[in-house]
Amino acid sequence: MTASAPERTSTSRATGAAFIFKKALISALVALVLFSLMIGIRTEAGPTGQLIYWTRFGDLASMVAIVFGGSIVVELLRQWWGAAGTTIRVIPPPVQTTLAVAGRLVAPALLIFALLVPVIFYHQRYILDLGILVLTYVMLGWGLNIVVGLAGLLDLGYVAFYSVGAYSYALLSTNFDLSFWVCLPLAGILAAFWGVLLGFPVLRLRGDYLAIVTLAFGEIIRLVIINWQSLTGGPNGISGIPRPTFFGIPLTASDNGLAAKLGIPFSPTHRIVFLFYLILALALLTNWVTIRLRRLPIGRAWEALREDEVACRALGINTTTTKLTAFATGAMFGGFAGAFFATRQGFISPESFTFQESALVLAIVVLGGMGSQLGVALAALAMIGGFELFRGLEQFRMLVFGLAMVLLMIWRPRGLIGHRAPTVFLKQSQAISSDLVKEGHG
Amino acid sequence: MDYFAQQVINGIVLGSIYGLIAIGYTMVYGIVGMINFAHGDIFMIGGFIALISFLVLVSIGLTAIPLILLIVLLVSMAITALYGWTVERIAYRPLRHSFRLAPMLSAIGMSFVLSNFSQVAQGARVKPVPPIITGGYTLLEQNGFAVRLSNAQIVVVVTTIVLLAIFTWLVSRTRLGRDMRACEQDQTMAALLGVDVDRTISMTFVIGAALAAVAGMMYLLYYGLVDFFMGFVAGIKAFTAAVLGGIGSLPGAMLGGLAIGLIETLWSAYFSVEYKDVAAFSILIIVLIFLPTGLLGRPEVEKV
Repeated sequence: MTASAPERTSTSRATGAAFIFKKALISALVALVLFSLMIGIRTEAGPTGQLIYWTRFGDLASMVAIVFGGSIVVELLRQWWGAAGTTIRVIPPPVQTTLAVAGRLVAPALLIFALLVPVIFYHQRYILDLGILVLTYVMLGWGLNIVVGLAGLLDLGYVAFYSVGAYSYALLSTNFDLSFWVCLPLAGILAAFWGVLLGFPVLRLRGDYLAIVTLAFGEIIRLVIINWQSLTGGPNGISGIPRPTFFGIPLTASDNGLAAKLGIPFSPTHRIVFLFYLILALALLTNWVTIRLRRLPIGRAWEALREDEVACRALGINTTTTKLTAFATGAMFGGFAGAFFATRQGFISPESFTFQESALVLAIVVLGGMGSQLGVALAALAMIGGFELFRGLEQFRMLVFGLAMVLLMIWRPRGLIGHRAPTVFLKQSQAISSDLVKEGHG
Repeated sequence: MDYFAQQVINGIVLGSIYGLIAIGYTMVYGIVGMINFAHGDIFMIGGFIALISFLVLVSIGLTAIPLILLIVLLVSMAITALYGWTVERIAYRPLRHSFRLAPMLSAIGMSFVLSNFSQVAQGARVKPVPPIITGGYTLLEQNGFAVRLSNAQIVVVVTTIVLLAIFTWLVSRTRLGRDMRACEQDQTMAALLGVDVDRTISMTFVIGAALAAVAGMMYLLYYGLVDFFMGFVAGIKAFTAAVLGGIGSLPGAMLGGLAIGLIETLWSAYFSVEYKDVAAFSILIIVLIFLPTGLLGRPEVEKV
């Protein structure tokens, strides 16, 4: 409890080297106790199955030193930056207008850039693959945004619909030889059906309870996939999933392939580029549908539901259908994304559909500012791009991801795009701070 | 019948472990109104610390098992409690008055941090220990099937009961317990009346983590292994127990834990082991739909 005392004085802007030193010392002491056994001693099952251990006091010392130094840096930064919430930064009007113009240009610029990526990076397979991955998460983020951002229903099991879509396509195409373009709507419909199925029981639940039930639902789906071996192949997954065709024309080197028909030399990059544009189109479809739906009564009802469910009922909005449509629409896009994932990978297994994926997509939505389409796209780019940066540090990746989630929430709990234009306005459109937008009690 | 009796014993032991974790969930939910997603991983950390301190104690030549167990218990409770305190301090306190999703995401992030921290620090492989407490009693034996009660099971249940007694005394009889109940009802009012709300919330996390550490150690004693991923599923099940018992209710958490332990064990015994987690999660969904206030919870009155 001793460390909580200096914190209170820091809010009254205590400065001085002694204070910073004391605080860092306490942090280092806490770190020493925390890490003493977990880092100082390493256990491993020895060759005979007996546990052996060895000490790593050097690592422990360096960790404590890092915490000590980091604590000093954080405290200095905090004093330099000023206590949170005490200073209001006024942006001069000319800068404000410039920023507004720039803000309006970001979305078209991003879109044009996305369209040009396959042209610019045609020979860099890695970047194309990364682009496909980012766009998949953009699409997932936009899909979940309907449920979380618009309707305010906290869904921690979105990956369930993603997996339903992926397994629908994989099973339909491998068992019945259906083409991707037939399976895509089917996968969406099946996922939407599961969305409604989940939606029914959770209609009465709110907030955290809803979150935990959707989490449980996602885990149930994954466990069933693992254990229903005769259908899903269990942990081994399904392999040999057919690649997508260009509306029936295969993208292969064969005589009836697209390259041969167009009379150009075959290159495996064609398929990657095609996949890139396919997921871009799907993502844009999600975006377009969301934007259109927001202008329809159902979209208005979603946003009203997010703001105040009781008021919604009082106004005669049918909350049952409103919630179910939100779940179904969000789930449908998750299903599309899942089908795309299956056809891109050619192999799926339950490992791709863990809770971590749900958390990642939810983090993208919340980081994007809950309801902001552009914010979600930027957050997906930042998250997946950041994830890629740490690819070399394989085992530290999730650790860094978790830390990033905590720090981002502390730094910007309202997400990157903190302001957004209201959907409906009286007389004059005015950007509202997202602090004023409720997160819903759904 | 013998088989059933054996499963009931096993279920009660498992349920005690879940109950100990569930208390941490229910207390935190009662006082700050958030699901502490990292609590399952605190339990896992507790198990690891118990394992490591046990290894160290054995290797420095201690042989008296009861003494070793007592020291391990105290060490893992103390260090894990500090973990609970740190998690609250870093990830939740800055977000105390933020909007509701923020602490939840921060908690999910913290859960990833803790589980991956132990993966990085201690390796991904399962850590087995030889049975620490051996022996037991045969309660009854007929038709070639014996109902056995092992010493490890007795230790788990007795420790749980003793700690629960101490803990109930703490909450109902001490100043700290009164502060906690006051904060649960109305933080602003409690602060006005001189209760240090920040400190009380910290102490709630500390106590919850200490009990989770006990659960982690009991898990180690009973199953003889720990791994970095065990916190997630155990956490959801313990949360289920807390909800089943009625969130915010301490006897409810224990009752819910026992119920979940029994259901899981009986389900594995009579239906299928593979689907035991599905059964536990389905119960969570069913309870929340039909009995949202749980067995011993108070109904929540919604104000406009």
